[in-house]
Amino acid sequence: MLVLEDINVYYGAIHALKGISFEVNQGEIVTLIGSNGAGKSTSLKTISGLLRPKKGKITFKGENLANIAPQSIVANGISQVPEGRHVFANMTVIENLELGAYLRKDKAGVKQDLKRVYELFPRLLERSSQLSGTLSGGEQQMLAMGRALMSKPQLLLLDEPSMGLAPIFVKQIFSIIKEINSSGTTILLVEQNAHMALSIANRAYVLETGKIVLSGDSQKLAASEEVRRAYLGG
Amino acid sequence: MGSVTLQFLQQIVNGLSLGSIYALIALGYTMVYGIIKLINFAHGDIMMVGAYVGWFATTTLHLSFLPALVLAMMASAILGVLIERIAYKPLRNVIRIASLITAIGVSLFLEYGGMLLVTPQVRTYPPVFPDTIYNIGGIIVKYGDIVMIVTSIILMVLLHVIVQYTKIGKAMRAVSFDTEAALLMGINVNNTISATFAIGSGLAAAAGVLMGVYFNTIDPLMGIIPGLKAFVAAVLGGIGIIPGAMVGGVFLGLTESLVSGLGWSTWRDAVAFLILILVLIVKPSGLFGKNIREKV
Ligand SMILES: Nc1ncnc2c1ncn2[C@@H]1O[C@H](COP(=O)(O)OP(=O)(O)O)[C@@H](O)[C@H]1O
Ligand SMILES: [Mg+2]
Repeated sequence: MLVLEDINVYYGAIHALKGISFEVNQGEIVTLIGSNGAGKSTSLKTISGLLRPKKGKITFKGENLANIAPQSIVANGISQVPEGRHVFANMTVIENLELGAYLRKDKAGVKQDLKRVYELFPRLLERSSQLSGTLSGGEQQMLAMGRALMSKPQLLLLDEPSMGLAPIFVKQIFSIIKEINSSGTTILLVEQNAHMALSIANRAYVLETGKIVLSGDSQKLAASEEVRRAYLGG
Repeated sequence: MGSVTLQFLQQIVNGLSLGSIYALIALGYTMVYGIIKLINFAHGDIMMVGAYVGWFATTTLHLSFLPALVLAMMASAILGVLIERIAYKPLRNVIRIASLITAIGVSLFLEYGGMLLVTPQVRTYPPVFPDTIYNIGGIIVKYGDIVMIVTSIILMVLLHVIVQYTKIGKAMRAVSFDTEAALLMGINVNNTISATFAIGSGLAAAAGVLMGVYFNTIDPLMGIIPGLKAFVAAVLGGIGIIPGAMVGGVFLGLTESLVSGLGWSTWRDAVAFLILILVLIVKPSGLFGKNIREKV
């Protein structure tokens, strides 16, 4: 579904992604794990068109994504929940959700998806007319995820959804990710919380300073000595 | 009523008229700043162009007030969009001072290009309105005062509706708050910035036409002082904050009128800049501004 081939991305002189290749197949949960500064967010930003690769190719459903505008990438069915959530804090919960459906013209479908988002996240319904800046961190994460779902994505990119959340919220968020996936949305999940990520993913890639160093079935990776030592604390 | 009270109320009427002009211009400053963090120094000159289009529409084309106003707003809206696309957009991702200097260049271009095109000669607006004067218990209210205030209120209500309830308004707020997140929503940021320039410039043109109608004369440098005053108003209200620009504009107009009413009219302009200095010292984020932008 999504294929990255030899992607190289720079921030000025900093070579942040040094030729990474990976793929996500329809229906999967794929996770990209790695420590802080490995290049996980850079990868997702590049897929969403916020950053341009200097070299390499990204295709989605066979179509080349290089040099197409971020709004066309959203229109093509890729939506991202960015690291740090980035909700529009000066707007209400419902306004945030409506912005998620910015490109959609099918009013009935949008209404239906809004209902679905409220079912997934009942908290958001309770707080729909509240300014989103007043929500707790966990609620903001739910809002960011709900907002991304409002574009009806085929592929959902999640950048560290568990960051800074209390354990109870982390559990809840991960079970919702599984639920989203089982209703047909393919997921690319970026995490530092390797343990949780590996537990729900089908396949995983391990990123280290801009390079993919390991990849494979997530159960096998979770059991491997290298991953245990570097990412699972033992 | 005592004559002091009458004097005071009279200055309130004058101040509201003047203040509504400042508010209309300040809105454009603040909206543009909100979305691309640029002080558009050419904004007062866009108002001047609007005033000229209005003048041309009422004299040569013999249009009445409303069509002339709409024409001027449309012309300036297009001008504003062109200025952004040609002069500011290429500099969007380079050091901020480059676009500030460019804005000053655009301002000078419009002022002196305007002189070449329409000559420095002062033009007189035709009497668009009856010069009816209402005497309400001793307070003189000109027909023009009413038009000025009512037009401004209508435009501000319209702006409020656009910004709060329409799709483009929501996109404008989203881009102002967090451009990268707006991109992830699929919002076309370039078009949203253009729309902001169009609306801000259109409001400035409305202010220009109102000034022409109210004060009767226009010239190519007429945008400089009101432009600076409106900038003060925008900073006073909190730059980037729409209601702040409205309140800042009206507050500044009222202050100036009251200062004049006290017989200190020579101090009128000085007071505006004194306010700017005080705001910058006491609360640089303005009346409506938060001191630090929350980052969650
Ligand atoms: N805006 C930026 N400017 C310069 N360097 C950056 C920028 N963003 C990230 N980097 C660098 O790129 C590398 C990868 O960063 P990032 O993708 O954010 O890592 P991760 O998400 O895995 O923590 C890091 O070395 C980081 O310092
Ligand atoms: Mg990151």
